[in-house]
Amino acid sequence: MSLIVPDIRPSAVARINPVAKMLAAILLAIALLLSIDWVSAAVALGLEALLLPFAGLSARQFWLRTATLWVAAPLAALTTVLYGKDSGALLARLGPITITDGSLDLGLAIGLRILAIGLPGIVLFATTDPTDLADGLGQVLRLPARFVLGGLAGLRLVGLFIEDWRFLALARRARGVGDSNPIARIARQGFSLLVLSVRRGSKLATAMEAKGFGSERERTWARPSVFGAKEWRFIVIAIAIPTAAIVAAALAGTWKFVLS
Amino acid sequence: MTGVRTSAAGARITARGWGWRHASRRAPAVQGLDLTIEPGERVLLLGRSGAGKSTLIQALAGVLGGDEEGDATGELLIDGHPPQSARGEAGLVLQDPDSQVVLARVGDDVAFACENLGVPRDEIWRRVPAALAEVGLDLPLDHPTSQLSGGQKQRLALAGVVAMRPRLLLLDEPTANLDPAGVVEVRDAVAGTLQTSGATLVVIEHRVSVWLDVVDRVIVLDPAGGLLADGSPRDVLTSAGAQLAAAGVWVPGFPPARPLRGARTAGEPLLAATGLAVGRTEFARRRPTVVSSGIDVELAAGESLAIVGENGAGKSTLALTLAGLLAPAGGTLEALPGLARGLGSLPYRWRSKQLLTRTGMVFQDPEHQFLTGSVRAELEVGPRALGEDLDRVDELLERLHLGHLANANPFTLSGGEKRRLSVATALATRPQVLLLDEPTFGQDSLTWQELVALLAELVDAGTALVSVTHDREFVDTLADRIVVLEGLSSEGRVPV
Repeated sequence: MSLIVPDIRPSAVARINPVAKMLAAILLAIALLLSIDWVSAAVALGLEALLLPFAGLSARQFWLRTATLWVAAPLAALTTVLYGKDSGALLARLGPITITDGSLDLGLAIGLRILAIGLPGIVLFATTDPTDLADGLGQVLRLPARFVLGGLAGLRLVGLFIEDWRFLALARRARGVGDSNPIARIARQGFSLLVLSVRRGSKLATAMEAKGFGSERERTWARPSVFGAKEWRFIVIAIAIPTAAIVAAALAGTWKFVLS
Repeated sequence: MTGVRTSAAGARITARGWGWRHASRRAPAVQGLDLTIEPGERVLLLGRSGAGKSTLIQALAGVLGGDEEGDATGELLIDGHPPQSARGEAGLVLQDPDSQVVLARVGDDVAFACENLGVPRDEIWRRVPAALAEVGLDLPLDHPTSQLSGGQKQRLALAGVVAMRPRLLLLDEPTANLDPAGVVEVRDAVAGTLQTSGATLVVIEHRVSVWLDVVDRVIVLDPAGGLLADGSPRDVLTSAGAQLAAAGVWVPGFPPARPLRGARTAGEPLLAATGLAVGRTEFARRRPTVVSSGIDVELAAGESLAIVGENGAGKSTLALTLAGLLAPAGGTLEALPGLARGLGSLPYRWRSKQLLTRTGMVFQDPEHQFLTGSVRAELEVGPRALGEDLDRVDELLERLHLGHLANANPFTLSGGEKRRLSVATALATRPQVLLLDEPTFGQDSLTWQELVALLAELVDAGTALVSVTHDREFVDTLADRIVVLEGLSSEGRVPV
């Protein structure tokens, strides 16, 4: 597996055009940010969990990719419980820290919401091939090819940077300047990496230019990027989930519009 | 001229009083060039380093840049058009295999040039497999480009160019960074595509013998402007062979001078490896992946050791381990008292400063080890870290012919100059063991000769030398002993 040729198993979600996945993740995030209540977040998360098997991620891939989220969500929830806006019955107090019914609700709502927004984003991205995404951005959204393919080519260099970084560390040690404190060393090594990556970038740019990239001529696309019925169905699902969540919250009486 | 091929499928190149000066340099890179290359001719472009070969080839590829990059004089035309407006007519393959791959999969990468030229989709997918077959790259279209060897990457770059169906094929030292097997792979692939396409060829290469059977004309650029020689390979090499060899071109029959070696006796033992296994710890992994094991080596002062073996056999990793930069993956590597001089016996435990006077490592890619903005500052890094005076820097600048570049940015030097600078930085702190990874890649015969003479002198004076190399002449000239590494297997190595 690598960054630019990720190990993606064929699945219903993996076949969806990346542009549709991107739009879906954005729609979901916006809709779920409209309210802070635990019911809507929980409903959305539940519905997403039902759809997760269609992504085709292995258990290992899933936990590895989403690990940060499982740490961040409880932490955010805890912080809100301890320091969040208080309301309702006081449950505990320790110096400036108060836990109330209201802060408990709020903490739960925030923790669930981070998961409900973050998980689909990460899962959708994990099932997306960067090359397909670039094709989609160029052909479906008609973003400039220069920008899209330049970005894609740059992404390939990231793998080389990891290798470069290791060599730079060895080289600094070999040159007698590897003893300085870690922070200064990382800063200087980062600068060396920057210089090196600019070099690599400009060589790559020359190679791309020599292959006719960036010329005036109208470009063709070797791989078609199709936005069809499958994609529209996916978008409908992406709208249905937060809609169901908001309706449920309204019925339960927990709906709380963020701006009110 | 005899036996000159011409082909209507090739492009005609004409230069009239053409010259170019890079915006950052005072002297022009090329000047006063008058030249006609007929359609279908196959030209080997020679000249000593700094004669402007790369500048000319980049100008022909239309990638030299606009007015802000430099000033052009005279006229340079491909089939009567300026090269910039003839995009797609000329295809360029460069030296560095890593920075020419654009996309993640083999098929997509070959298709890239066609896409840019607006070739219809159906036609692209007809051309891609044909181009891959033509360069002998028998791989599935979705094969990841990151898993290719250097020779395969260069053939991939060539396939991308072949798919453009250019009328002019431009190659800038396409085999300089490859091992001998890779050189033959790429050369044969080029010969094959020319047979099919009839395109005009211009290739730059120091090692004349590689291309001698492919080309039918040799042009030698004069660093002072214009041409030094021009004609059939036989004529040019007969009339100007000695002159070319003196200018640093590798001409068959004119081997570089080898240093006279005195009788030597091995000095004090410095390093001993027993059952050593070497490996690198891959990104986000804890244990090193072993690339070679069961290595028994001893190294004494005044001894020269060559490490040879196929690509991927772990030669570089062994050198890095011997240099105290990587921890052994197994077995032992012991620094003996003559080298340890009071420190512990495990080199990778030494501090960075303590390594300086003990081991000096010159990396395969010189750019990895440059830390400063000028050649002089680069040479001062080591002595400054040791708190020594900087007198030696001037001596090294002169000795390695870098004096005129003292204030230049190391990254702007030519390939040969970068290599010399990286060797000089290691010499600046007088290490007891000097380790070099492919020191002669891309060197012309003059700098080769200089480098070999310098290294011989160091060894004779008691430095222990370890060289990782594919260069047989280098091994014949300098090595007292040879370690042949046979890698485990290239299977199961995880690319980043």
